[in-house]
Amino acid sequence: MKRLVLLLICAAALAACSATPKTQAPITDARPATSGGGGPSTGEIPRVNAPNADEELMQGVLAKRSIYFDLDSFVVKDEFRPVVEAHAGFMKRNPGRKVVIEGNTDERGSREYNLALGQKRAEAVKSMLRVLGVGETQLEAISYGEERPKATGHDETAWAENRRADISYPR
Amino acid sequence: MLRNLIKLCFVLLALSHAAAQAQMTVEVRGAGRQLIPIAITSFPGEAALPVALAQVARTDLERSGQFKIVDASAAAPVPTEAGQVSFGDWRGRGASYLAIGSVIPGADGKLTARVHLMNIDGSSEMGAFAFTLTPNLARVTAHKIADEIYERITHEKGFFNTKIAYVKKSGARFDLIVADYDGQNEQSALTSREPIISPEWSPDGSKLAYVSFENRKPQVWVHEIYTSRRTLVSNSKGSNSAPAWSPDGRTLAVTLTLPGLSQLYAIPANGGEPRRLTASGGIDTEPVYSPDGASIYFTSDRGGGPQIYRIPAGGGDAKRVTFSGSYNVSPKVSPDGKTLAYISREGGQFRVAILDLAGGGQEQKLTDTDKDESPSFAPNSKMILYATNVGGRGVLAMVSSDGQIKQRLTVGGADIREPAWGPQGK
Repeated sequence: MKRLVLLLICAAALAACSATPKTQAPITDARPATSGGGGPSTGEIPRVNAPNADEELMQGVLAKRSIYFDLDSFVVKDEFRPVVEAHAGFMKRNPGRKVVIEGNTDERGSREYNLALGQKRAEAVKSMLRVLGVGETQLEAISYGEERPKATGHDETAWAENRRADISYPR
Repeated sequence: MLRNLIKLCFVLLALSHAAAQAQMTVEVRGAGRQLIPIAITSFPGEAALPVALAQVARTDLERSGQFKIVDASAAAPVPTEAGQVSFGDWRGRGASYLAIGSVIPGADGKLTARVHLMNIDGSSEMGAFAFTLTPNLARVTAHKIADEIYERITHEKGFFNTKIAYVKKSGARFDLIVADYDGQNEQSALTSREPIISPEWSPDGSKLAYVSFENRKPQVWVHEIYTSRRTLVSNSKGSNSAPAWSPDGRTLAVTLTLPGLSQLYAIPANGGEPRRLTASGGIDTEPVYSPDGASIYFTSDRGGGPQIYRIPAGGGDAKRVTFSGSYNVSPKVSPDGKTLAYISREGGQFRVAILDLAGGGQEQKLTDTDKDESPSFAPNSKMILYATNVGGRGVLAMVSSDGQIKQRLTVGGADIREPAWGPQGK
């Protein structure tokens, strides 16, 4: 009996969780706002959620933003091509969106030289986006060098994690 | 629960320990080095000051790597006038020089520190000098006294009354710190949640140029440290970094990425249109002007790995400067123009190295620490300040330009990087 109650609570909790995304869906709420001709009837004001392109960015391959590089390498590996291609598609569908590609390096060596190496990684991704048809004005390649490590360790695993370029969509 | 409490106690204990004062450990190497033995008595009257002038001056001179401090505590009564000095006694203690002094209150509430410098070997007075001070200037005054002693004996300028800048990372917070050369009197000129790198002093010591990521990209700022007025001087598309002042303070060499790769540009020091200085197929960065303003030394990987090159300050053909090893970066020219300091990688270790610019181009490793970064010279060219790594944390270190004197400065708890030695104080 006890076990059953616990199971029911769990099920209810799970149902609540899976229900949450629905309440945030923007399109369903957006309709009433446009039919505002007749004036208020019930006194209730329907809320509008602005359509959010970022929701698309949270899903599928677009949720992937990092392109990893080999040691001393500035070449986008084939395995990351689908990621760059997906983002190129999104950027072309949203030509008003500015995009910053942030290059990063591991911690070894001069901070300024690493900044320049990170820039090369960012530029490699930017060049590929340009080739895929994204406009120059939409893109900015910058570098954080070794200043913003994703992994803070001091071994090869951490260093590999930090040799990357991130595609960032600033608001 | 109890175990957690015990853990917490250890953490608190560690934190309180970490908050301790800045500490300098000096290690003098090289048995062949001739150290000048000097005694400095305590100065009667200095008890009224927050620090003992004589002790600060002794530490300064010892740190220079040129002096050996002879114990003066046995002298009684303590001499304060040249006529009271018994040369034979001081010779017996092994001193070649002696500084004596006193702190005398004046009518206006100010104090006067008077010092006599004696040549013990020559049984003569070398000279006397005095500084007026208020108690809050005790440390600065002691550094000035040490500078006087240093200069009168070695005929070279001292570097004790100078400032250094560095970046301190504490958790997620970055501070641009200005401190005395010995890490004392630390003050934060800028606090940020985003990284700060590459601070460089203007030739007059009133401004710092640096790279701040506060706007989520590297931009170059000029910051008047005593008025806290800041100007964004380089905000080109892409990355803006590696500022270097021309000796007249009117131009900054910077690294911009307008063509895609990092290249050198010159901009007016108060901001303005960039003018391109290099056009290579590789990375060009970390520019630094020679003291005569005629050349710019910089790091470039145009030949494969990063090496140091030189161009005329207005741009032009590049000449390669470093040849040994596969990774030489972060050049700095000594203020006397004779030596180039840089970071050299060998077998995975990053160490401070120097190259003789005056003749021969001899390259020499100076340090045996690892992960060395950002060398910069003392205004008198005798010492090199740099950052190194101890136990996974950045600390400040100094090495004499001949490699004989090595010292480490630990500032409690924090992660220190990007030091820059300021110009001669006034």
